[in-house]
Amino acid sequence: MNLPLQAVMQTFCIEARERIAELEAGLLTLEQAPSDTEALSAVFRAAHTIKGSAGMLGLDAVSAFTHGFEDVLDALRTGARRFEHRLGELLLLAADHLALLLDAAEAGEVPDAALQAAGTALLQALHEEPQASAVPALPPPLAPAPMPVERERPAAETGGPEFWHLSVRFGPDALRNGFDPLGCLRYLHTLGRVLRVVTLTDALPDWAGFDAETCFLGFEIDLDSSHERETIAATFEFVADDCTLHILPPNSQAAQYLDLIRALPEDDLSIGEILVRSGCLSRIELEQGLRAQAQAAAGSKRLGELLVDRHCVDADVVRAALERQAHGRTRRTAEAHTLRVQAPRLDELIERIGELVTVGAGATLLARELGLPALDELATTLNRLVSGIRDNALQLRMVPIGETFARFPRVVRDLGQELGKDIDLELCGEDTELDKAIVEPLVDPLMHLVRNAVDHGIEPLAVRRARGKPGVGRVRLSARHEGANMLIEVADDGGGLDGERIRSKAVAAGLIGAGEHLDAQGLARLIFAPGLSTRDTVTDVSGRGVGLEVVQRNIEALRGSIEIESESGAGTPVRLRLPLTLAIIDGFLIRCAGTSFVLPLDQVEECLDFDVAALHAPPRQLDLRGRPLPLIRLHEFFGLGTPCGRRASVVVVRCGERRAGLLVDELLGEFQTVIKPLGPLFEHLRALGGTTILGSGEVALIVDVPALFALAAARTPPASSLPAPAKLACA
Amino acid sequence: MLHIDGNGRRLTLAGRFTIYHVAELLAYLRGLELAPMLEIDLSGVTDFDSAGVQLLLALQREQQQHGRALRLLQHSAAVLDVFTLYELSAHFGDPVLLPAGGGA
Repeated sequence: MNLPLQAVMQTFCIEARERIAELEAGLLTLEQAPSDTEALSAVFRAAHTIKGSAGMLGLDAVSAFTHGFEDVLDALRTGARRFEHRLGELLLLAADHLALLLDAAEAGEVPDAALQAAGTALLQALHEEPQASAVPALPPPLAPAPMPVERERPAAETGGPEFWHLSVRFGPDALRNGFDPLGCLRYLHTLGRVLRVVTLTDALPDWAGFDAETCFLGFEIDLDSSHERETIAATFEFVADDCTLHILPPNSQAAQYLDLIRALPEDDLSIGEILVRSGCLSRIELEQGLRAQAQAAAGSKRLGELLVDRHCVDADVVRAALERQAHGRTRRTAEAHTLRVQAPRLDELIERIGELVTVGAGATLLARELGLPALDELATTLNRLVSGIRDNALQLRMVPIGETFARFPRVVRDLGQELGKDIDLELCGEDTELDKAIVEPLVDPLMHLVRNAVDHGIEPLAVRRARGKPGVGRVRLSARHEGANMLIEVADDGGGLDGERIRSKAVAAGLIGAGEHLDAQGLARLIFAPGLSTRDTVTDVSGRGVGLEVVQRNIEALRGSIEIESESGAGTPVRLRLPLTLAIIDGFLIRCAGTSFVLPLDQVEECLDFDVAALHAPPRQLDLRGRPLPLIRLHEFFGLGTPCGRRASVVVVRCGERRAGLLVDELLGEFQTVIKPLGPLFEHLRALGGTTILGSGEVALIVDVPALFALAAARTPPASSLPAPAKLACA
Repeated sequence: MLHIDGNGRRLTLAGRFTIYHVAELLAYLRGLELAPMLEIDLSGVTDFDSAGVQLLLALQREQQQHGRALRLLQHSAAVLDVFTLYELSAHFGDPVLLPAGGGA
């Protein structure tokens, strides 16, 4: 396979997976609402697109299987068959099979015998379905109405574009005869909305052969107008001798457009591209049409090669450029909205920007040291620009969480069936965006939590009835932003955690002592401890007591935290708090016993002055406007020796609902921080999230606040001992 | 009248850039040695038509075919009007400044 085709193949696989996801979503909708024609059309379109592209790339296995699949969908659409539960099941299995075929195709393999056999069996089952459910006493059903011969083209996408399409080529003498095409265009504007004009220059000869007074222009125009054909044609009446005109009325069928392509003098593909982009033709229709044509002309040559041969890509680039500036009038296609970029390239960009941030910080430092106001100003501007670029670059990596959520309806459905529970999954905040680097490792933990909610959370039907709850259980998966964090919640309306049961299990597993007292939160946290399962029976789904521990570890690896809340009988919301990005953060720089630390700025609440001299030893707890605030002495915590100055400051940091004061020597202010992960040697260090390099070249340590809290809580005895009031002044 | 002033590096056009004068301009251009970056100032163009568009299109292609470039500057209102109707601004790819007032 040569290089361009390989690239095409890769794109195809990515897109085909998206189509399969749509297909699956559509089938799940149909399961709930079998008469939803929109969902059915979406499913059909998805299958049809996969089939068309696979055929174009010569992936016969994929295209043949999708063809059989599509037949069933077609029968559903025409009403020849009805959507039933069993059929939905089979169609979902078929979607899974399609994904497997795609995997094989991507690896460049031909599906093995087992896979092929599975496919054949599936197709057979799909097609046999009606006999199985038909009433046996009836005579064989009447032969169905003869199918249209040309089944390749989707009859349902009938409609066609809802505007006129005009193709005009002006004759060589038009300008000399005193006629200017501009007049026609101006006039068309009076007849309706000119949606789009593509000026064709194909006929322009070389500079040497160019004659300034000869007309070489042609136009492809989309016009939204309620006028009659005659009125529109009359625009060109005065130049009738000097131009050729093709008019296609609104709702013209693809075949008519394909005929038009053939009738026009320009290269078929470039005209085809224009029509596809303006929405007159679907790409599939164009490709199929041209393929038929190309096969006749070029023998067995495949269209994929043909496309590459004809430098279709160049045409693409030119048209994309055209598109971009043609503001409101242009009907923008989805292609113009998104651009696929290789992830490593983005990473490289972010890496570079990280270095830029560090250098910028160095420049600021130097400017300050030199005391040159002009330089200082320049450095400030530089830093503002750099932080702008940083934000832009990070945004490039943001993807909506919805793509991740999309797999769960299927999971919940399948699992519910397996366990005999009827469960509704509600998705919320799918548009919330999150760094791609976080999304991927998030899939597994979320999967665990959702499965857990279905298996452990939602009670069996009988129990629900007994508790007076609706028979259908609800699981809710929601996402939203909270400051610089992402909050994902997995909640169910099940029985909630049974505190006593957890306690007894934990005692049995030796996790806590028999007499130990824990509050509800503490008990709830125990379910994340290794080796604890509250289930008496181990099911396929969960209950081995390993799942949640893994969740905890994965989330912590992402610098996130888990909160769990549960009241017996009222469901179990599990909240995941995650940073939006892993690469660069806004930090707050402090110094303590000669070492620099960075606190994530979004976790810093306020800073307080603290007069150390006034106290012999700093207290363990402060009174902050009437509320107790645990105090962590950072130098002591990290074992850094004695603080240097007489004065000290307290930085109030927050994580979720919890707050603590950090006693530090010096506040150095905000600092854009590029996070460098700790090397493998230091990975075991708790409470540190990474390092960063300051403008001066010095290394600063990034404090992992949630881990710091956890560790500090474990080290100190319950803080009821010393509620010493301190002298405070808000900085 | 079309006033043509300048050389193969920078050209200023003023007046009527239409069918009546394009032949003259073409002859002028053919007599120049075109620079790798030819700039044409269009600020003084009062009339502009399809013949003018065609000439610019042909000139742009000629430049591109020889690895050179054409840059249009200071489009007058008359030029902008035509570019808008033909949706050509992106094709030429030059920054277009929208005139504050009506212009010529």
